[in-house]
Amino acid sequence: MNFLLKQIKKVKPHFEKGGRFEKLRSVFDGFETFIFVPEKVTSKGSHIRDYMDMKRTMTVVILALLPALLFGSYNIGLQHTRAFGIEGWSLMQMFWFGFLKILPLIIVSYGVGLGIEFVVAQLRGHEINEGYLVTGMLIPLIMPIDVPLWMVAVSVAFAVIIGKEIFGGTGMNILNPALTARAFLFFSYPGWMTGDSVWIEGLTKGTAVDGFSGATPLALAKLDEFDRMPSVTDMIIGTIPGSVGETSVIAILIGALILIATGVGSWRIMLSMTLGALGMGLLLNISGSSEYSQLPAYYHLIMGGFAFGAVFMATDPVTAAQTNTGKWIYGALTGIMVVIIRVFNPAYPEGTMLAILLMNVFAPLIDHFVVNANINRRLKRVKTT
Amino acid sequence: MENVEKEPLLSAKNIKLMTNPLGQENPITVQVLGICSALAVTVKMKPAIVMAVSVMVVLAVSNVVISAMRKSVPGRIRIIVQLVVIATMVIIVDQFLKAFAFDVSKQLSVFVGLIITNCIIMGRLEAFALANKPWPAFLDGMGNAGGYGLILIIVSFFRELFGSGTVLGFPVMEKLGLYKTGYEDNGMMILPPMALIVVGLIIWFQRSRNKSLIETR
Repeated sequence: MNFLLKQIKKVKPHFEKGGRFEKLRSVFDGFETFIFVPEKVTSKGSHIRDYMDMKRTMTVVILALLPALLFGSYNIGLQHTRAFGIEGWSLMQMFWFGFLKILPLIIVSYGVGLGIEFVVAQLRGHEINEGYLVTGMLIPLIMPIDVPLWMVAVSVAFAVIIGKEIFGGTGMNILNPALTARAFLFFSYPGWMTGDSVWIEGLTKGTAVDGFSGATPLALAKLDEFDRMPSVTDMIIGTIPGSVGETSVIAILIGALILIATGVGSWRIMLSMTLGALGMGLLLNISGSSEYSQLPAYYHLIMGGFAFGAVFMATDPVTAAQTNTGKWIYGALTGIMVVIIRVFNPAYPEGTMLAILLMNVFAPLIDHFVVNANINRRLKRVKTT
Repeated sequence: MENVEKEPLLSAKNIKLMTNPLGQENPITVQVLGICSALAVTVKMKPAIVMAVSVMVVLAVSNVVISAMRKSVPGRIRIIVQLVVIATMVIIVDQFLKAFAFDVSKQLSVFVGLIITNCIIMGRLEAFALANKPWPAFLDGMGNAGGYGLILIIVSFFRELFGSGTVLGFPVMEKLGLYKTGYEDNGMMILPPMALIVVGLIIWFQRSRNKSLIETR
């Protein structure tokens, strides 16, 4: 370590203003702070000391995503053996099979995304920051496993440039970048994002054994084929077809516990989104006329990407509402929208992505009204006394 | 005519009337007018070109007509007079397309009729034709419609190339053999939101080249 520190100190002058590699300053800066704690300290005024900087926040989210990633790897292998009638694979074999299939997705996602962030940081003279670390891990987890890699690359480029850098980079974006990437793919190449064959490795090219269908619970519910849906236990454990990381409610709940315990994710949004979806589901149970609306309300929490969206997507601190009251409203409306889109929209079986993106757009408005209401309340108090 | 001093037909000032709207004062990317039709007719290049030409005819002729009448039209009813002139021109263009280019006319459907509501046309009549002579008004109309058409053609080029894999109906992507390598047309390019994003990218590109267009706060 001392050797490394000496080397960095030695080349540092070249990257300062006026040095030989002045243009690459932010690349150097990024690496330096990645390896060592920055030596810059605030010199004036009082300030709060906390270890919770952006880097730590991002690391915690990555940690929280690990259970979903690990289970997702196993599930890919499991679904593959089921689809092609392979018998006798051990748990580790299934896991490795799946892990090696996800790895290219993760590499492409990080490679393209970080590449663009580096270039933009150089062009604008910004510092490279860690904003993409979480997005880059989220993107593979919300993709169908069979999606071609070049499509992932295109959608990542779109999400980072149009969804984020145009608005000023990390912390300035209106829409969640990972969901922007998914929405782009969803509308650009619907053949690879919907249907029964894309969720299982190899099914887009090969044919499955007789009687096997790769349909997700949501797709089955859309077709009113409720008796073919997997059991509740299966949906909670996650041994069902779906995007890589979204299937297991248990793995996601472990992640949620990590996020809540460290204070990184907002429990208000997770709770209110769950309550919103449950409430809307119950309302439909009472008043709905179609068969879909009679589905028990708690099904909406364990089908599709609801759990994953509520824990990792809706809680994105940049695009969610900022005020505490706002978070309750934002979460509840997102949950309600998810159920409405799922049950009433004929075209899209899954509503989580669209609901969260829609509420991302409304989050600043919600905050505006919450802040104004607070100002008015306090003004009134001043006037009465 | 008391004004004996005559300006040459294509003086530097008049040329500017035509070239400025192509870039510096482009109706779509700088004034942000006429966006709706730019989103609607740019899925393929052919309708976009026809639309650009139609708008050019309507705008140039209406500009000349209004400019010629500018001294006799009472200020209070000028808007309705302008509307009548524009509507007449649009109907002529629409009927012409139906007679001689029926396929394109069907593709453009209501959007030819909706040229009447195109903000660029009303804007130029109000801002320029009412205060200038017919010849400059004609050049101004050609220039603005040209700037509008230029953006339409650029947008439709990208949308057709990446959305349908063709340019003016010629299958470029297929001839390049891209489909065999796993390439697929982008479905989102055909949807209107992508036109908005492409226009946004053009605005971004233009402003990064021409810093004087960036608003100061």
